[in-house]
Amino acid sequence: MATTSITLDETPARALLLARADDALVLGHRLSEWTGRAPLLEEELALANIALDLIGQARALYQATELDEDALAYRRDAHQFRNALIVELPNGDFAVTIARLFLVSVASDLYWRAAVADPLLGPIAAKAEKETAYHVRHAAEWLVRLGDGTAESHRRAQDALDLLWPYTGELFEPVRSGPDPAALRPDWEEAVSAMIARATLRRPADGWMQSGGRAGRHTEHLGRMLAEMQVLPRTYPDARW
Amino acid sequence: MYSQALNAPTPLADTSPEATRFQERIDAEERIEPNDWMPEAYRRTLVRQISQHAHSEIVGMLPEGNWITRAPSLKRKAALLAKVQDEGGHGLYLYAAAETLGVSREELVDQLLSGRAKYSSIFNYPTLTWADIGAIGWLVDGAAIMNQIPLCRCSYGPYARAMIRVCKEESFHQRQGYEIMLTLCRGTAEQKAMAQDALNRWWWPCLMMFGPPDSQSSHSDTSMRWKIKRFTNDALRQKFVDATVPQGHYLGLTFPDPDLRFEDGHWRFGAIDWEEFRRVLAGDGPCNRERLAARRQAHADGAWVREAARAHAAKQRAKAA
Ligand SMILES: [Fe+2]
Ligand SMILES: [Fe+2]
Repeated sequence: MATTSITLDETPARALLLARADDALVLGHRLSEWTGRAPLLEEELALANIALDLIGQARALYQATELDEDALAYRRDAHQFRNALIVELPNGDFAVTIARLFLVSVASDLYWRAAVADPLLGPIAAKAEKETAYHVRHAAEWLVRLGDGTAESHRRAQDALDLLWPYTGELFEPVRSGPDPAALRPDWEEAVSAMIARATLRRPADGWMQSGGRAGRHTEHLGRMLAEMQVLPRTYPDARW
Repeated sequence: MYSQALNAPTPLADTSPEATRFQERIDAEERIEPNDWMPEAYRRTLVRQISQHAHSEIVGMLPEGNWITRAPSLKRKAALLAKVQDEGGHGLYLYAAAETLGVSREELVDQLLSGRAKYSSIFNYPTLTWADIGAIGWLVDGAAIMNQIPLCRCSYGPYARAMIRVCKEESFHQRQGYEIMLTLCRGTAEQKAMAQDALNRWWWPCLMMFGPPDSQSSHSDTSMRWKIKRFTNDALRQKFVDATVPQGHYLGLTFPDPDLRFEDGHWRFGAIDWEEFRRVLAGDGPCNRERLAARRQAHADGAWVREAARAHAAKQRAKAA
């Protein structure tokens, strides 16, 4: 049987949109995996809200490519995804989920602010920035609670930062078009370091940074995530849902 | 999702002046508010019903949550996530309504996790295909609406007000579920078969959601007198069947009931397997153990998080003092 995957012509504009869209979709999907598992009901609702914002952002960005949003989400193989590796890592415990949401959202918020003036991203950026500012606040509040809370929550929060840190470098890699992520790094450093200190946690040292997601070289986790996410459109390629 | 019509205990007759005044207020369609005098049995009945309803919303997130990560399009994924989130929100308002009667959410959650509290039997059935997401919205939310619209006029103010908000969202869920079914039924042969299979599996359990037949539920009299309940189980069930059968026919689906027939203006249906209902309610449905285990696991895994939040809040208070 022929493949159910699409091939696509990745113009610089599309590459830019896909990188941001895939970040949003993959992180949104990961957050949606918390449904029915969150530590408290209010948090269940908050994580679903954030996941919905991210899936909404992904849709707007996919639509801006002028290709079919579902073909992009459901008919690309892992190597065609352009997201940063950090968003595809498994959720881990609640500390990993929060620490990732924090580290990524601070970077996204800065990015969307810079993108408001971009001709391609501008209309999407304005809305995304407002949403992301809330994601930053929500994650930061939890990071402080976990860092400051109990010995166990402190340990888990620190472990989470240590685990994720090597994946943060990729968020600032230069791209072919749009705002330059590298220029956002000093502001990210400052915001992240300040919040980590407020949470009585230690900022991990910068060492080897993982990379490859933007070029389609992913971790082992993305393939499994997509196998689950794409199962229906791949199994019934002629169906519309 | 919604409150199962379960049996309430029969209260003792109370002839005190307060009780008489209370009944007069009910008869005059006045709303009872948290600080008003109320018979102990009225309070207990409400706590049981509202908390069962809240637990049903929360457990009900599990079968539908099962498909969030496999929803077949981005639009469906967002809609399902939003729906499941609404159900969690319903749980939240209902726990808050129960708390106005002097119980804490912790106590109620503890009753659920320890297996002492009941929740709607429908959520002990599995969601096996994507069509189950359509069938749940169409049928389970549809049944919920039939039950809950009269609860918008329930004599207890906080419950009635919670229901008004909940009902708006349930009707949206019902339409969305029906639209999923319609898309499947107009789709490929496999999709239509999926829709038919979902109807076959969910139809009878949905009829059971209305609770035991009137001939077997001796307790609804008191709930009716207190205007907690306004229609009998059988009346609501018939109303649901009458509304739903034409919708199923419009989809081109067949109901799994050879005795279904139109007679005297109603869709008359065959015998419900009450043995299955009792068994599922008693804990022996296809997913009872899994559902409870999932809730317990989430609660246990989150213990350190809740503890951290409490410890941080206490430190903040100490600093502020
Ligand atoms: Fe609900
Ligand atoms: Fe609902």
